[in-house]
Amino acid sequence: MPSSERQLLLDEGAIARTLDRMAQDILRQTPDPSRLVLIGVQRRGVELAARLARALAQTSGEEVPRGALDITLYRDDLEVVGPRPLVGPTHLPVALEGHHAWIVDDVLFSGRTVRAALDELADFGRPARIGLAVLVDRGGRELPIQADVVGERVATTPGDRVDVFVKELDGRDAVEVVRGGRGAP
Amino acid sequence: MSGALGKDLLGLEYLSADQIRRILDTAEPFKEISERAIKKVPVLRGKTIVNLFFEASTRTRISFEFAEKRLSADTVNVAASGSSVSKGETLVDTARNLEAMRIDMVVMRHMSSGAAKFLADRIESSVINAGDGKHEHPTQGLLDLLTIRDHRPIAGTKVCIVGDVLHSRVARSNIWGLLKLGAEVAVCGPRSLLPLGIEALGVRVFRRVEEAIAWADVLNVLRLQLERMEAGYIPSLREYYRVFGVTVERLAKAPRELLILHPGPMNRGVEIDSRVADGPHSVILHQVTNGVAVRMAVLYLLAGGNPDLAEAAKGGADR
Repeated sequence: MPSSERQLLLDEGAIARTLDRMAQDILRQTPDPSRLVLIGVQRRGVELAARLARALAQTSGEEVPRGALDITLYRDDLEVVGPRPLVGPTHLPVALEGHHAWIVDDVLFSGRTVRAALDELADFGRPARIGLAVLVDRGGRELPIQADVVGERVATTPGDRVDVFVKELDGRDAVEVVRGGRGAP
Repeated sequence: MSGALGKDLLGLEYLSADQIRRILDTAEPFKEISERAIKKVPVLRGKTIVNLFFEASTRTRISFEFAEKRLSADTVNVAASGSSVSKGETLVDTARNLEAMRIDMVVMRHMSSGAAKFLADRIESSVINAGDGKHEHPTQGLLDLLTIRDHRPIAGTKVCIVGDVLHSRVARSNIWGLLKLGAEVAVCGPRSLLPLGIEALGVRVFRRVEEAIAWADVLNVLRLQLERMEAGYIPSLREYYRVFGVTVERLAKAPRELLILHPGPMNRGVEIDSRVADGPHSVILHQVTNGVAVRMAVLYLLAGGNPDLAEAAKGGADR
C-alpha cells in the first residue's frame, strides 16, 4: 500500500478568487442574466451555488434564484452499491422553462453525477439552456460530459481523492488532493 | 452498514431504533417527490413488485401502489378473490409461481399472524408485510411515527392508543416503534378489547378515556370493527361511543393540545366524533400523505444493493 499524501490545491483565498472568476465566466456565457438560475448539486454544490449567487448579485445588482438537486434517486449504480442515504432536499425556485440553468457542483470526475442531474432536471421542465460550472475538474470522465465553467483543473489518477471543504459544512474552506490508493504512481 | 434493513420488512419488533430512524429520515426527501408536477423518479426502474392482498384493503394497497409507481417500479396486483388462491392454492405455491416469473418484491396483506415471515423464509424476493392478522402492520406504524415526528420529537412524547388493541396489528406496530424511539406509550379501551398482560411490554393502561386524554400528548384512535360487537366484545356501538368515543367535549378538558391520529377507515360517531376527525388537531389526512413517503422509503431501502458488489465498489471512485 502506498502511503496517501495530502496536497493543498486551493486555500480559502484561492477559493474566493476562483469563485469570483467563475461568476464572471457564468455571466459572460449567459445571454440574458435576468433568466439565470443556479442549481447546486447536494451537498457542497449547494453551498458553492450560494456563493456564486452572492458574487453575481454584487456584479449585476440582481438577486439570482438558486435551487438544490439531490441526484441520489437518479444514480445508475443502485444495483451495485445499494441504497444510499438521501442527503438533502430537491428544491427548484422557479419554473425552468425559458431559463438558463447552471448546474453547480464541487468536483467533476466520471460525469455520472452530471448525467443524473440532467435527467432529474428534465423531469422538472425544459430550460432554454443548461450549463455546467464546477470548482474542480479532475479528469477521468466515463461519459461525454464537459463543464462550461471550470474553477481549477487538476490531473489525477483513479485512486486519488479530491476533497472539497466549505465553511458552512466543514468549518473551513479548502480543496485538497489526496494521492494514493489504486493506480497511484 | 448500521441501519441497513436486510431482505424483508416484517415488523417493527425486529428493527433497531437506528433502522427505524433511517427509514423515517429517508422518507423525508420522498415527501417532496409527491409534490412535483412529474411525480416520478427512476430509482426502481426495472424492478417488479407484486401486491398480494389476501384481505380487502383500499388505502394500504393504493398507497403502496402509488409509492411503487412514483419510484418507477412495475407493479402487479393480485387479490385473493378471483385468483388461484380461491381455487385452493397454498400461500407458498402462489408466491413461488409469482417468483418463477422473476419478481423482486412481494407486498403482502394476509389474515394470519406470521404469514409474512412464513413467506419471507421461503422465497428469495423481498417481502414487505402490509398487515398480517393481529400481528403487525409495520408501514402503518412507521407512517404514524413520521406524522408524530412532523409535529414534535418522539422521545418523551406520551402516546395513548385508544380502542380495540386486542385485535389491532396497527397497535402492535405502534407500540414497538414508539417504545424503541423513546416515547411513553399507553393503551385505553374496554377490558374485553385489551390484551391481558400488555403492561409487561412497558405500556400503561387506562380504563377511562378521560384519564387517557388528561395524560397524553397524542391519541391514536383505532377503528372499532363492527364484527367485535357481533362477537360480544362490546354491548353496542352506541355504548362504546358513550364511554370511549373521542369527542370534542372530552378533548376540551385536556390540559394541553392533543394530536389526533386514526389509521382509517374511520367509523364516525363510533370511536371518533366527526368534529374531532375534521377538527384542527386531527392529522388523519397528513398520515395518509406520509404513508406514501414512508412506503417509498421502505421500497427504496430494500431494493437493489448486492452486498458483495457494494463492498467491492467502496474501494473505487465515487464521483
